Amino acid sequence: MSGTELNGGGQAEAVAKAGPAGGASFLKGVAFDQQMIVLLLFAAIFLAFSLLLPGFFTVGNLLTLMRTVSVLGILGLGMAVVVIGRGIDLSMIASLAVPSAVVLMLASKDYGIATSLLCGVSLAVAIGVLNGFLVAYAEIPSLFTTLAVGIGIAGIGQSGLFEYEIVPWPAQLAAISWIGQGSLLGIPYSVLAFIAAAIIVGIFMRKTRLGAFIYASGDNPNAARIAGIPVRPILMLQYIIAGLVAMFAGLVLSASSSSMDTRIFNLTWIYDVILVVVLGGIGLSGGRGGVINVIIGTLLIGTIVNGMTIMNVSFEMQNLIKGVVLLAALSIDSIVNPRNEETAQQGDI
Amino acid sequence: MIGLKKIGMAVAMAATVLTGGIAHAQNSMSDPARAGYYDNLKGKRVVFVPVFMGLDLTEGWSKMMSRQADKLGYKYEVRNSNFNTAAGAQTITSLITEKPDVIVVQNPDVQSYAKLLAKAEKAGIHVIQLNMKTNVLTTGFVGADVEELGELQAKEVVAHCGSGTSGKVLVLAGPPSSPFSAYMLKGYENILNKSPEVKVVSVQSTGDYESAKAKSITQVVLQQHPDLCGVLGVWDNTDVGTAAAVKEAGKSGQVFVSSSGGGGELACKGIEEGMWQHYVSYDVPGQARDLNNLILAALQDKNPVGTTKTILYTPLVIYNKDNIKNQFCWTLDTIR
Repeated sequence: MSGTELNGGGQAEAVAKAGPAGGASFLKGVAFDQQMIVLLLFAAIFLAFSLLLPGFFTVGNLLTLMRTVSVLGILGLGMAVVVIGRGIDLSMIASLAVPSAVVLMLASKDYGIATSLLCGVSLAVAIGVLNGFLVAYAEIPSLFTTLAVGIGIAGIGQSGLFEYEIVPWPAQLAAISWIGQGSLLGIPYSVLAFIAAAIIVGIFMRKTRLGAFIYASGDNPNAARIAGIPVRPILMLQYIIAGLVAMFAGLVLSASSSSMDTRIFNLTWIYDVILVVVLGGIGLSGGRGGVINVIIGTLLIGTIVNGMTIMNVSFEMQNLIKGVVLLAALSIDSIVNPRNEETAQQGDI
Repeated sequence: MIGLKKIGMAVAMAATVLTGGIAHAQNSMSDPARAGYYDNLKGKRVVFVPVFMGLDLTEGWSKMMSRQADKLGYKYEVRNSNFNTAAGAQTITSLITEKPDVIVVQNPDVQSYAKLLAKAEKAGIHVIQLNMKTNVLTTGFVGADVEELGELQAKEVVAHCGSGTSGKVLVLAGPPSSPFSAYMLKGYENILNKSPEVKVVSVQSTGDYESAKAKSITQVVLQQHPDLCGVLGVWDNTDVGTAAAVKEAGKSGQVFVSSSGGGGELACKGIEEGMWQHYVSYDVPGQARDLNNLILAALQDKNPVGTTKTILYTPLVIYNKDNIKNQFCWTLDTIR
């Protein structure tokens, strides 16, 4: 953090941040931050479902639960990288849909797996570069940049690039369809894909210099620049990573449901992704949180949705309950960790 | 005697008329209705407001509509509402001031556009509703009788999930207020309420017909009920996900999936590959022809808009393993 704040009220200690410093007075030694709140909420709901819902606490169901949210979790990882760098990427659903649909389309026209994948990756990188350039060099706020780029990319997808909006998984890609189908030692590949992505992103963010740069420039871009960190290229890198992660999620999703439904850009998926990230405790003001937050957020959403599906709760009611849980988590957080001058001034969206 | 004379005369007269007719047929003659028909259509304007382009259904209908418009010289446009009901409502509102001759609209749900459509008709624009119907009737409706469709699906699932099976059935619906949920569930109920041996274990919405959602719901339900007997699916594109879940769970052949849709290549592929065992097609090429005819009728109608209201429920076609070879599995290229 940049220097000490003159807050006087003594609330500054309650600010949630990585490290042992935080902690509410009644739980000494434990940072009672949003991550903890959501973890406890998750544990409570999970326990309640396990005790009250027959068939919930079985290995099979838990794997199904994980499989249901694995794509959402992968997207959450990409979003987390951008949010930690103090941005947001609303174009992720477009980067999920269009590049992977391009891969499916090219493969179905016999361009070969390698060529098709290469084209898809290039497109995903190009989207990231465009986002990153506009945010880092043209200095357009990421909210507007990625919203516009997302609409644009989805528009390209819808303007006759594909024969139908729902692109089928072609037989030519059978060699790689395992990434979304089937299982290894009982664990579905889509769950393994989430785990693998989490490990890679986790190592990148915590163990590499570039990861540390992202944290630094997200926490305080001016200080990072003065310290000699190339802030603008780092910004671009974030969006490229998000684009690639989204494309990977797209391949897992399309292999899993045997088609890529490019209409999903028009649905509310992006809110679910932001929900997972924010709910897990990654502050939109940047510089905080990590992979573990995404996993907790994902598991909470997965548990709620899975339990409600088992209970056969109606669609409208499911949305209502999801909203109430989110509000509860955020309210508890703002009561336990009140805003102070330091946290409030940092570009909340 | 008199009777015979009369017959003789009649024969003679008939012969004269006939020979006269033959003599006449060798001269050319113009159809008196023809010129007026074509002149009337020139410069007319038809606008299609679909829920979403880029689906086999909407692209199929649109291709046939635009082909007829090109041939007959009236204007045809598409205003895509991109799965956004508010955008669709805005389109219709601006169309009311633009005053095209006919609006063809596919309703996202049974209510949103209802008032606007009535307003458009009052403003003198013919409104033809396509496959997805609101609760008001306008100049025309072309599309499946969704309740009947639901009944056909449910009957087949009941026949398959009777005694000797678990009788457990999963119902996958569309968005809650869409005609393909509301009316379809009514159709299911009509049959299932009379079949105590069948037990509906779950009724879930697939959101906006999302195959990923259909897949995850099916997975969860299969986990809870490994002896699941049947699935009543909502639409072929959505049920690609349903089928993937059944296949991954290793339950192919055990779970009887019934789906529905426009009867295109995906429908046939699904039957051939065992993704679904029963399929009710609402025959997009047939619907498009009904639709084109209704458009022509509206364009020729001289009465005040709203005087006639025509419903053309599409004859539904059942696809299954036994008859799939005889079906026309249309694609955008082969559609006639």
